Order: sequence, then structure tokens, then C-alpha cells
Amino acid sequence: MSKRPTISVEGIKKVYRKDDGSESLTVFRDVWFNIEEGEFVCLIGHSGCGKTTMLSILAGLDSASDGVVIVNGKEVSGTSLDRAVVFQSHALLPWMTVRTNIAFAVESRWPTWSRDRVHAHCQQYIDMVQLTGSEDKRPSELSGGMKQRVGIARAFAIQPRVLLMDEPFSALDALTRGSLQDQLMSICREQRQTSFMITHDVDEAILLADKIILMTSGPEAQICEIVENTLPSGRTRSDMHRHENYAPMRNHLLEFLVNRSVSSRDALSSSDYDTRHPPLVRPTTKTPPRLASRA
Amino acid sequence: MTTSIRLRGWLGTLLIIGLFGLVWHWLVTGGVGVDSGMDPEYAALMGAAAQGGSNMPGPVDVLATIWMHITSPLVYPGSSQPGLLIQIAYSIGRVLIGFGLAAMVAIPIGFVIGMSPVLNHALNPIVQVLRPVSPLAWMPLALYTIKDAEISSVFVIFMCSLWPMLINTSFGVMTVRQEWLNVARTLEVKPLRMAWRVILPAAAPTIMTGMRISIGIAWLVIVAAEMLVGGTGIGYFVWNEWNNLEITNIITAILLIGVVGMTLDTVLGAAARMAAYSE
Repeated sequence: MSKRPTISVEGIKKVYRKDDGSESLTVFRDVWFNIEEGEFVCLIGHSGCGKTTMLSILAGLDSASDGVVIVNGKEVSGTSLDRAVVFQSHALLPWMTVRTNIAFAVESRWPTWSRDRVHAHCQQYIDMVQLTGSEDKRPSELSGGMKQRVGIARAFAIQPRVLLMDEPFSALDALTRGSLQDQLMSICREQRQTSFMITHDVDEAILLADKIILMTSGPEAQICEIVENTLPSGRTRSDMHRHENYAPMRNHLLEFLVNRSVSSRDALSSSDYDTRHPPLVRPTTKTPPRLASRA
Repeated sequence: MTTSIRLRGWLGTLLIIGLFGLVWHWLVTGGVGVDSGMDPEYAALMGAAAQGGSNMPGPVDVLATIWMHITSPLVYPGSSQPGLLIQIAYSIGRVLIGFGLAAMVAIPIGFVIGMSPVLNHALNPIVQVLRPVSPLAWMPLALYTIKDAEISSVFVIFMCSLWPMLINTSFGVMTVRQEWLNVARTLEVKPLRMAWRVILPAAAPTIMTGMRISIGIAWLVIVAAEMLVGGTGIGYFVWNEWNNLEITNIITAILLIGVVGMTLDTVLGAAARMAAYSE
């Protein structure tokens, strides 16, 4: 592909210093990856490998200690309406209604729009996440799943180039999470939304992602490998487990999380591992994951 | 169920007031009055009190006085002096002006302090030193510089209302949840819009608490300030009646001060509920 990627993460590193400036903690280093236009990328790793920090850097809320993030050919130097964030804790403004929360974002994006136009635009996205009828409720009157749907509607409503999501469903029960994953998947596919999502749910990653980035455990976390989803793009939550590649995918990811996220740390530093081009893996029935990791 | 609790509460209140009135009445009408064998000259001076009764008025006298003031609120009964309603209106007016000016100064400054950690550190020692100063201590300085009793009492109210609002506003602004600020940042919200649409509503409940504390203190202080300054107002009224030894009027004024203070707090409490939000 000669086309420039939508997001290009080039060698970013995050170091936290103590207040006196002496001891420092490198959360992750030498992280390189690309997100192509229309691609859905998931990042998986254990707690403490700096997933949320990385998303904050991509969003422009935090800055990297080293390296750059390039979005649409421009280096990220702060937040932008081109990159919408769905926060883990939904982060709705509690004194605003569902509609005002979304309208606040829409008015930020298009300050010159008339009230009617903002209203109609908000309604479209409220309908999209199936919250029709709850427009005038406040976040405290909504269930956890409904709140997160408002968060998603708010992010989509500004029509961002890139959607960044930080474990958006982790606080929800399994049933709600499943239906929200279905909704998110259909919306993302429909709009060919370039998305980056942090998760620790393997099934969520297999369902949603085109590409899954595996991070080793922190501190000094690195990308261990990038897994390409081998399931067909028309997969759904109800039928994907019947596909022959589902088991290899799931086993590969689980095995990484359980065994290799720690052990591979030493392997990375000793082998001919190239940080700029982490190994690309395509787990299928024909290629056992162990062999594939050296591909 | 809740109405029954409330009803029984009201009945309890009436019962307590009734019992208190009875004991009061009994004490005043000679329940404890015995010939004290005091100096006859002093006894003559003290009048009825020396005859075994008490000069302390009973609840019936006070009720009669209250009724008198209710029927003649604008003119002091039997004179051309301003009535109780006029006096309390003066006090309320001073409190509202001093409090209003303090709010206009404290809330914007508190906002800026809350936004700027440097300014917060710079002003904190000053605020901490000035805050515990009794507002009445400013009175001589105010009288000396302003040379006007009326404005001086308003200034004292201003000084005592300032601190709770200043501290609460800056605290409220400082503790706005980071995720709400992050939302606004990702939406590239301009600073002024951010202050108005995000920080102010987020800090509003804390600011309202500060305003409620302030008006409570202001109402406490105005009585003392008017006692010092004189002229008009409920504080002056109380002190004047003390000089006239009109105890029934003093008790009436005390009750009125309480009722007005409660009303001021209720009004701000209602405003605070409008600014509140639940998560």
C-alpha cells in the first residue's frame, strides 16, 4: 500500500518522573504502528503497559516523552476535533441532557450552524444509538449502557477522521456489552470509521478489529506482535465462533495474554526483533500460532 | 408515611414551644419571686421586680407586642419613629448590597484563582490571614477611611461575605473532574466557552454552598454592625430598646431576626438545588 496511513505512530515512549526528578519509570518505549483509513485496530495488553496513556497521546491529551504521532500527515501537538474520544467512564456532563451533551460537541465542531440544524444533526445520532425518546433525560437517569451509547453518539456526531476508544464497554454487564459491540460494529462498518480501541476482552477484539496490537507487560512495554484478523469481514457475534479460524485466533490471543506477554519481553531484546516492523501474525487452522509468531 | 412523620414533627414543635411558654410564664409570674431583702432604695429603683415579681416580660406580653408591631409595621407604635418592618428592611438592604458586591468580586476572582495554581499559591497566605479576622474589626478602619457610617456597615458585610465565596469558588473550580475538562479539550472548546459551559456548571454547587455560608455570616454580622454604627436597622433597634429597657421589643426583634435569617437561607437553598446535579 503506497497510500499514507491515517495514523502513524513513530517510536513513541512515555517516561514518568518522580517529583524530585530522580527515579523514572518507562511505561512503554519504541512503539511503532500504523492505522490505515477505515481500519479498526484494537490494542490488547495487561494493566500497566500504558494503554490508556497511549490513547491519551493519540488524542493529544497527553504528550509522549519521545517519538511522534502523525495523523493525516500532521504531527499531533494537542487535541483536535478530527480525533473523537469515547472515554472509559463515558464522561458525560451530568448537568446536561442527552441532547445537550451531544449538541455541545456538535456546536463545537460547527459553531456557525443554526439551532435547528444542530438539533436535527443530534437527533440523527441519538436515533443511531437507539436512544430515541431519552433525549431530554440527564445522565443520572440513564443506565450504564445508555450512558456509554450517548458517549458513542457524541463521538460519532462530530464526524471525526479517527475514533479513539478506551475500554468503552469494560464497566458494563456482559449482555449490554454484547449488544453495544454489535451496534458499534455495524455503525463503524457502515461509516467506514477509522477506529482505535483499547480492550482486554479477547472476543471483543476478534469481533471488532481488523488488526490487533499485542503489547508486552509493563514497565518498558513494547509491541510484541501485530495480529491480523483472519475471520471474514462479515462476521457477527452470533456466528463468528463457528468459523474455523475463530479457535486459532482466540487461542493465539489468550496464549499471548496468559503466557507470552511477560516471557516475550526478554525474547524481544535478544532476537532480531525490529521495533519499527513488529512481526505480523495471521493465525489460521493451517499455521499453528507458535510457528506463526516467527513469520 | 412521610406526611405522618412531618405532621408529627410539626405537632412536636408546637408542643415544645407551648411547654417553653408555660415554663416561661410560670417563672416570670412569681414562681421563684421571693422577698429578697434587698436595699430599699435599690428596691424602689427596680420597681415591680422588688415586689417579688420580675421585670422580665412573660410570653403574653411578648405576644401582645408582636401583635402591636404586626398591626403597625411601618411606624413604631405610639410614636413617629420608623416601625420594625422599616428597620429590618434597612438591615436586609445592607446585607443584600454588601453580599451582592462581595459575590461580584469573589466569584470571578475565585474562578481565576481556581484556574491558576500559581495565583492560588500566591493568594492563599493572604486569604488565610484575612479570613479569620472578625468582620467588625474592619469597622474602625472603614469609618476612618470612608467617613460614612452607612457605607461602612455595608463594607463590613462585604468583607465577611467575601471569604467563603472566594474559597468555595476557587475550590470548586480547582476540583472540576479532569474527565469533563478532557471532553472539552478533545472538542477544542474555546477557553471562555469552557469556563461558561463546563467549569461554571461543574463548580456551581460548591459556589452555591459558599454563597449560603456567606449570607448566613452576613446576617449574623449586620446586627452587631448596626449596634455599633446606629441610626437605622434591626441591630440599632435592639440596642435602642435595650437602652429603653423594652425587653418585649428585644424579644420580638430576636424572633424577627431569626425568621429573616431562615428565609434568606431557604431562598439560597432553593437556588442551590437548581444548580445541583447528580451523577
